[in-house]
Amino acid sequence: MEAFQRGLPSPEPCAVAERQHLLVCDAKAAARGLRAGMPVTAALALAPGLRLRERDAAAETEALLGIAAWAMQCTPNVALAFPDLVLLEVSGSLKLFGGLVKIEVRLRQGLAAMGYGARLAAAPTPRAASWFARAGGQRLIADAALLERELSALPLSVLESKDEETLSSIGIRSIGELLALPRDGLARRFGQRLLDTLDQALGRLPDPRGFCVLPEKFYAAIELPAEATQAEALLFAAKRLLAQLEGFLAARAAGTRQVLFSLTHRAAPATRIELGMVTACREATHFALLLRERLPQTALPVPVRAIGLEVQAIEPLAHSNQNLFADALREEGNWPRLIERLRARLGAAAVHGMGLRADHRPERASVPAEPGAKQLALDFEPRPFWLLERPQGLEENASVPCRDGPLKLLAGPERIESGWWDGADVARDYFIARAANEALLWVYRERSPAGAWYLHGIFS
Amino acid sequence: MPGLAAELDQHPGIWRGSELARSACPGIATGFAALDAELPGGGWPRGALTEILPQHEGIGELRILGPALAGLAAQGKFIAWIAPPYLPYAPALAAAGIDLARVIIVKTSRDADSLWAAEQALRSAACGGVLVWPRDIRFPQLRRLQLAAEDGRCLAVLFRPTQAAREPSPAVLRIALATAAGGLALSIFKRRGAPLFRPILLPALSAPLIAAGSSLSPGSNAHVVDSPASAAVAVGSIPARLALA
Repeated sequence: MEAFQRGLPSPEPCAVAERQHLLVCDAKAAARGLRAGMPVTAALALAPGLRLRERDAAAETEALLGIAAWAMQCTPNVALAFPDLVLLEVSGSLKLFGGLVKIEVRLRQGLAAMGYGARLAAAPTPRAASWFARAGGQRLIADAALLERELSALPLSVLESKDEETLSSIGIRSIGELLALPRDGLARRFGQRLLDTLDQALGRLPDPRGFCVLPEKFYAAIELPAEATQAEALLFAAKRLLAQLEGFLAARAAGTRQVLFSLTHRAAPATRIELGMVTACREATHFALLLRERLPQTALPVPVRAIGLEVQAIEPLAHSNQNLFADALREEGNWPRLIERLRARLGAAAVHGMGLRADHRPERASVPAEPGAKQLALDFEPRPFWLLERPQGLEENASVPCRDGPLKLLAGPERIESGWWDGADVARDYFIARAANEALLWVYRERSPAGAWYLHGIFS
Repeated sequence: MPGLAAELDQHPGIWRGSELARSACPGIATGFAALDAELPGGGWPRGALTEILPQHEGIGELRILGPALAGLAAQGKFIAWIAPPYLPYAPALAAAGIDLARVIIVKTSRDADSLWAAEQALRSAACGGVLVWPRDIRFPQLRRLQLAAEDGRCLAVLFRPTQAAREPSPAVLRIALATAAGGLALSIFKRRGAPLFRPILLPALSAPLIAAGSSLSPGSNAHVVDSPASAAVAVGSIPARLALA
């Protein structure tokens, strides 16, 4: 069920069925008397509003692969055991993360953030760990000497073997009782395979696993339990995806500059929301912050059914070091985060830096640039602090330009004649003028027979 | 008991009504000695709102901030210009010594966005200076900005029209700018400490500009890129009848 909805609360009872029988049902469905194994027809009679889903093996595999990729932030050695197990070899990571308990807490919190419930167990061998997990989890065994005693208490069902029934019919109920049987007899009755399995669990035989390889790109999707338009509901679901992305990026020691959300609708093309970053980033909280600013700006035509998260390009990003005096120092260098936040709400074009261009034409000498980028150093004649986006025509009275009274020309002319090659040619004589209110203005006169006056800048 | 009075003057916990407030955190030097002397902390306050109320634009409201902004940019701090009324012009900023790589211009279409952006910039440690030109701002919003400014440690300047001087404001420093004979008059009508009744006079902006600019004779200061067509335009076509002064 979590493969579909990631534990998002659904307004109506919900269940997953396989071959016309219920497989699992949520708390709301259980409250109506629905039970696993119940025929679908009976379930629908009890709960007419039931949201019924057919079991989807592909979605489950997808979810398992997603968890595996996410878990690689703890260790590079992650193996899958279908249909429901992810195995992590953490012996090499114990020191880095500060012990088995800390890794367990980290994994548990991470899985919860992604919306998955899981049973976690640790043991010296992969098979023993999977048995503990199947039997209910919550068991962290680091000491190989304790392994046999702990394994003995497990029920036979963890074997998932066809011999389970035969074994229980001869009175064997636990692994311990199975281990107590004479080995040669056991091999004769049930085959060498069962013995090997037991030996692998105890670490007497090697149990090699093929480790997963991380995919290059990231894609994950989540289906909303109910169609939503509210930003908060969408954000809640998106956070689950972002938590998964953070793990994926951490596993690759990478960050990304571009995150793409696609919001799927029932009867309209998907809405795409693209978050651009100034520098590579991997923190789920930061992505969520940007999305929170962006969502209200995005017009959603119809309610959203599902959210997809895609990252095409990643780039290397070192793990941040734990610094004793971290916060103040790090924040100072964190100006890209500020710019990303501003851009998420105001649009990319509304937030920019400034650069100089070697061009005599005043309107071309100052150009928008990327903040933080090194700029040319150029020398200019005295220039005003403010430039009008578009020169403003001035009235002329007795050959004197006027703006609330005649202007007094103080300095000039500075002749600027340039740009005939690109079609935006100017031929102007610039003056510094004083207005009646003492403001200093930068005005020019067109070098044409008409010779109109314009205001182009204000000294300040 | 002259000894006691002198001792009291030395005591850090005693403040006389006639003095400027002692500021725990030194201000950012303005670059104008006359102004520094009248500001608590010896400069523009950090982590508090400053209001500048120019009589009209172009009076010199940027010039009085120039040295402080240049100093902040040189320390690697960013300076956010939020909703400026015109384009800040890069050659002039560069000439004032402000590192252009440290400038962030934020254009907004609504006051709500300007205030939001200002709050973000104030709370971020990346910014050393935040300059805001709100169109219309009320007391609760000013209060919000003041709180955001207290969060950070940057120079926060709000540019408002002179009429706003009549309204109450939580800003710790409020300066009205007006032209006066031969220069710019700064009236500090609110500061931490006793109010200042006589305005501070700063020299006029025009003198250095005119000295740096050229004389009023055509052709002496020209940036002409010769073109096939320019031969057709007579050089020195400025009419001699212009009233020049």
